Amino acid sequence: MKNKKDLLSLPYFIWSAGFIIIPLCMIFFYGFTDRDLHFTFANIASITETENIKALLISILLALIATLICILLAYPLAMIIAGSKLKDSGFMIFVFILPMWMNFLLRTLAWQTLLEKNGVINTILSKLNLPALSIINTPYAIVLGMVYNFLPFMILPIYNALIKIDPNVINAARDLGANSLQTFLYVIFPLSIPGLISGITMVSVPALTTFVISDMLGGGKILLIGNVIEQEFKQANNWHVGSGLSIVLMLFILLAMGLTAKYDKEGGNYF
Amino acid sequence: MRSVAKKAYIVLILLLLYAPIITLVTLSFNASKTRAKWGGFTLKWYGSMFRNDAIMHALYTTLVLAILSALIATLIGTAAAIAMNTMKARFRMYFTAVTNIPMLNADIVTGISLMLLFLAFDAAFGFRTVLLAHITFNIPYVILSVLPKLKQTNRSVYEAALDLGATPVYAFYKVILPDIMPGIISGFFLSFTMSLDDFIITHFSKGPGLDTLSTKIYTEVKKGIKPEMYALSTLMFATVLILVIVVNYIPDADASKKQRSGKIIKE
Amino acid sequence: MLTDNKLIQLDHISKSFGGQLVLDDLDLYIRENEFITLLGPSGCGKTTTLRILGGFETPDQGTVYFDGRDITHLPPNKRPLNTVFQKYALFTHMTIAENIAFGMKIKNKPKTYIQDKIKYALRLVNLDGFEDRMPDSLSGGQQQRIAIARAIVNEPKVLLLDEPLGALDLKLRQDMQYELIRLKNELGITFLYVTHDQEEALTMSDTIVVMNQGYIQQIGTPEKIYNEPENAFVADFIGDSNIISATMIDDYLVEILGARFKSTDAGFGKNKPVDVVIRPEDVELVDPEEGTLQGVVTHVIFKGVHYEMEVMANEHEWLVQSTSMFPVGTKVGIKVDPFNIQTMHKPESEDEEAIGVEE
Repeated sequence: MKNKKDLLSLPYFIWSAGFIIIPLCMIFFYGFTDRDLHFTFANIASITETENIKALLISILLALIATLICILLAYPLAMIIAGSKLKDSGFMIFVFILPMWMNFLLRTLAWQTLLEKNGVINTILSKLNLPALSIINTPYAIVLGMVYNFLPFMILPIYNALIKIDPNVINAARDLGANSLQTFLYVIFPLSIPGLISGITMVSVPALTTFVISDMLGGGKILLIGNVIEQEFKQANNWHVGSGLSIVLMLFILLAMGLTAKYDKEGGNYF
Repeated sequence: MRSVAKKAYIVLILLLLYAPIITLVTLSFNASKTRAKWGGFTLKWYGSMFRNDAIMHALYTTLVLAILSALIATLIGTAAAIAMNTMKARFRMYFTAVTNIPMLNADIVTGISLMLLFLAFDAAFGFRTVLLAHITFNIPYVILSVLPKLKQTNRSVYEAALDLGATPVYAFYKVILPDIMPGIISGFFLSFTMSLDDFIITHFSKGPGLDTLSTKIYTEVKKGIKPEMYALSTLMFATVLILVIVVNYIPDADASKKQRSGKIIKE
Repeated sequence: MLTDNKLIQLDHISKSFGGQLVLDDLDLYIRENEFITLLGPSGCGKTTTLRILGGFETPDQGTVYFDGRDITHLPPNKRPLNTVFQKYALFTHMTIAENIAFGMKIKNKPKTYIQDKIKYALRLVNLDGFEDRMPDSLSGGQQQRIAIARAIVNEPKVLLLDEPLGALDLKLRQDMQYELIRLKNELGITFLYVTHDQEEALTMSDTIVVMNQGYIQQIGTPEKIYNEPENAFVADFIGDSNIISATMIDDYLVEILGARFKSTDAGFGKNKPVDVVIRPEDVELVDPEEGTLQGVVTHVIFKGVHYEMEVMANEHEWLVQSTSMFPVGTKVGIKVDPFNIQTMHKPESEDEEAIGVEE
């Protein structure tokens, strides 16, 4: 590094090596060794055990559903906000981000209160003579918790992508004969895909790896892959298996990112 | 008709997002100790919260942790961002990649990787390990806030300062720093918030004796949450709400003032 | 070529944004095959007029007729005109070919027709072989040509151009002006052009509409607008000029700064205050005794084709352009040919000045 200015990056260089690179290497080290530090694939292979594979598959399924619901809820919302007058739209985004300032665990806990058998929602439903909702401690509650917690992560990037579109580009499509639907399909939606992609990443990764939401809303009955890994570390003290499963989890994160990025490139043909 | 549908949709989503917040705020005024029923309005939890040593201690730990980790991360991150802005592509690639790892990776993996590191070095799990972990996940937020501001700064202004006889350090303090200050400040607050709200990484890097508000809530969930916790989080939410409104509206007034004076100069 | 058939008619159009009146009771017609330019400073209402024609804004009052048909409330996608936008507005996620094909694909034209049209349009704008490039990889001038190609393949009867050359540098802008005139002649359609650049307007247009503060100040050929501005705003906005308070002593005689000049204008009445416009190139510098007015040269700048000089005469600074140079300090006489003095009514109030002189 010839430039003196480059020296400013030295503290971060040391920090990143010590607290990002080396810890990641440790996961790989533990993941590929047994308790006697001999090389083994057994930790990785433990994902195939019934309980673990079941947890992984449920995690993937629930994360997929939650991400999909987030897209369906967030996209129209982002469009409405982006379409409102500029002065209002900043304020409206603020209103949708604000709930995230309440502690994440308490917010999730509040859903317990809302969803419980004699909880707020069921009290209201019974007053209206409607059938009770019993989704607490089911996968539905977990999906609800995921959607609730991660929805702002989907709204923000889509909104940011939408407001970046030059209004004249939309006018140009209209001018060239496209009706509202065609303008959306061929111009607005394709131009918003980068935002959608980052939204998908920001929602699907925490949804896939959470153990808190399933803990609090699944009643401990439904184990996600995050719960399995957490227990290996915090209860079983089996860091080797825990690391092996983490490596598998990282593979799936990479796979998810790779797939979305690939779709982004292939989606280049709009007619 | 269409605008009515739009408004209804917005209200529906707001209801989803705010239902738990309203619940928590309501519970903080609930005289009954259980969540299940309404026992009348009370403010007693707001009083007893201050006398609850465990909660006060967790609050203290959380705040000190958030301030310290945000401060250190802001220093390291801002320095790194300044270097990254003019660095050769080869080095910059390393820093970009390393910055993206904690951002994209799952918190649980970041958490256990740090836990393994501390185990390997036989570090005593406690405040220091949590602080190290928080600084680590905070630095990327600072870099991502400062770097875009640096890209926007006009290089020729800096060069003009040098041309007029300023030393590089003086020119930096007088010209570049004021320009990127908003990025540094928002990086600091982003870090502060992330640290305040973090549970997962703290969960893996803390020792048994230490609790932040998040980890305290997590253990209490199993035993039953103390109503003081609702009072405390309502208070924190209100504080943040007021802070955000103040922070958002004061620069606004400032900007319109600037605009006005700009107009005067033009005329 | 240019016919008297009125293709577009704007009838009593008014439009305001947030309580601010942008267009006030505007009347304008556009003839078939005309190259018509709306010229004026920013905020004069020219772009709003174009957007009303394109269908991107609806007027608060008034009617837009196209070929006799009321199109005031027709959405943009149903209008038989196309727009070339400021800063191009290309679809950045599509190739050049896809950009050009957009309008034709929406109208379900056959594939071979589309292919032929793309080829034809690219040749027309001198960008053969650019089909598979992406818009981001093109220079500003090239993107502008693609924007034009994308519009004209739809065979619009009118092409609306909203400051299309504003983002280009000077040399490119001049080249594109000739390109646009050529295109217009080859296509044989009507061009409505919006600009704040008077040189662009003078070079390309059949008709110039000078606008200010939502009102039309003058409509006419470039020659007429330049040589016979109807009011001080037009005179000042188009080219350099000396605008001086004067008194019309009688028909064909005007007193400027105390000196009497012969004039070709009549009908103002006797001893009437007027404004006169004299273009700097029309001011002749001669020996002091030969001039109608005497002065001293105070500044000289060499401008390439001519010298630009400032002459102080009777406490007024005259702007003079001449191919021969008089050094600073030279005593000179000022002479102006009668037909080069353009006489205008003095506005009677501030308000009227903004509106311009209305006959």
